[in-house]
Amino acid sequence: MTDANPGATRPQVASWRLISTLAVAGALAGLAIVFVHQWSEPRIQAHRAAALREAIQEVLGGPTSYRTLWVADGRLTDVLPAGADSTEIDRVYVGDDASGAALGFAIEGERPGYQDVVGLIFGFDAGRGEVIGMKVLESKETPGLGDKIEKDSTFLAAFRGVGTPLLGVKPGAGRGEPGEVDMITGATISSRTVIDIINERLEVLLPLIEAYAAAPTDGDGP
Amino acid sequence: MTSAGPPNAAASSAGEPLLPVIETTPGHDLLRGVWRENPVLVQLLGLCPALAVTNTVANSLAMGLATFFVLLGSSVLVSSLKRLIPAEVRIAAYILIIATFVTIADMVLAALVPATHKALGAFIALIVVNCMILGRQEAFASKRPVGRAILDAVGTGVGFLIAMVMMGSIRELLGNGSWLGVPVFGQSFEPWIIMILPPGGFFTLGFILLGFGWWEGRKQKRRPGRRPWPHSVVERPEGRVA
Repeated sequence: MTDANPGATRPQVASWRLISTLAVAGALAGLAIVFVHQWSEPRIQAHRAAALREAIQEVLGGPTSYRTLWVADGRLTDVLPAGADSTEIDRVYVGDDASGAALGFAIEGERPGYQDVVGLIFGFDAGRGEVIGMKVLESKETPGLGDKIEKDSTFLAAFRGVGTPLLGVKPGAGRGEPGEVDMITGATISSRTVIDIINERLEVLLPLIEAYAAAPTDGDGP
Repeated sequence: MTSAGPPNAAASSAGEPLLPVIETTPGHDLLRGVWRENPVLVQLLGLCPALAVTNTVANSLAMGLATFFVLLGSSVLVSSLKRLIPAEVRIAAYILIIATFVTIADMVLAALVPATHKALGAFIALIVVNCMILGRQEAFASKRPVGRAILDAVGTGVGFLIAMVMMGSIRELLGNGSWLGVPVFGQSFEPWIIMILPPGGFFTLGFILLGFGWWEGRKQKRRPGRRPWPHSVVERPEGRVA
């Protein structure tokens, strides 16, 4: 119990001992974290990949397989450009059915919502120019209000087979135009964020997707 | 900074320990934190997670268990290394030890239960600054043998877990009509959304503390010789003074 009284007078401890204590402790802490990181990282990556796979399945209506297309030099390509970092470069996923025909493109996007950034993925049928499904991947919107963009079945159903560009309307105020989506009462900002993300991403990617659908580049496309 | 010195300067110069080491029984060390000196409900420590992540029972459980792990691991290490850590750098060393366990807990949760990890967000990392944990290191683990530090950490950790699950149960039942995701009240129940929003945390904690105070006050009236509530954590329990 000699350490019971840290405030009392006692001999000065040499600075080198203080520094070396913290240095050794820091090194040991770092070592422990590295070991746990090596164990956890592959599992975390696997969870991420599984979540993405599931989301692509959902928004494209169950493709047999999917491929990643990278956005490079103003076009979509099957091959990751040399020297590019796969975590940085923009991409879309193309889902194929059993016969190898493209079912549609899955596109990720994000934008600030009401509370924090809303991230989502949506399926797009280039042939018909329609959104075929939408799934929110990341959202901290208000529970009970804004989080309806993930849970409200009427709102989610509105994204199955809707023309583009999307147009948010108050429930019941639509005029029967092709891109109309009923927004959620009490969650206008969150609903509009979802619509804006899809419109914004399509504005950038639509020309690339159309060009790719007309003449798939680099290899095994349909 | 015109004052003559820190408020405890007089105590230090007189050779009086800052925090007196009170000899206690192992049972007292274990049970103290569970209820009578519950970290959240009595000492009002660790309120940040208790208010922020108790919107569902699952989140409360995960947060309680993660904090339990960090507290236990840190107490064992701090108690084992107490003679190696110079007093001048002890707080930095404790924080380093706590932060290491928090980082490990963060990565393990992300690897095993990604949905819960996502729901808890930044609050896992914020366990580092939970004053309940640093408080137990400074007030207890750094002065006692490893066995006692383990008992204290287990008691305090269980007390924190109880408080978290208590708040999570009230908030999820009223705010979502379910307990641990299982619907309890049926379709006709209209959830009180406010209970799972931040104000609901304050309301719940307020009413729990009110209930605690009323209960303790009643006991006090019935047995006048009993210690008043709330007890101070550094107060000497009567009859147990060394």
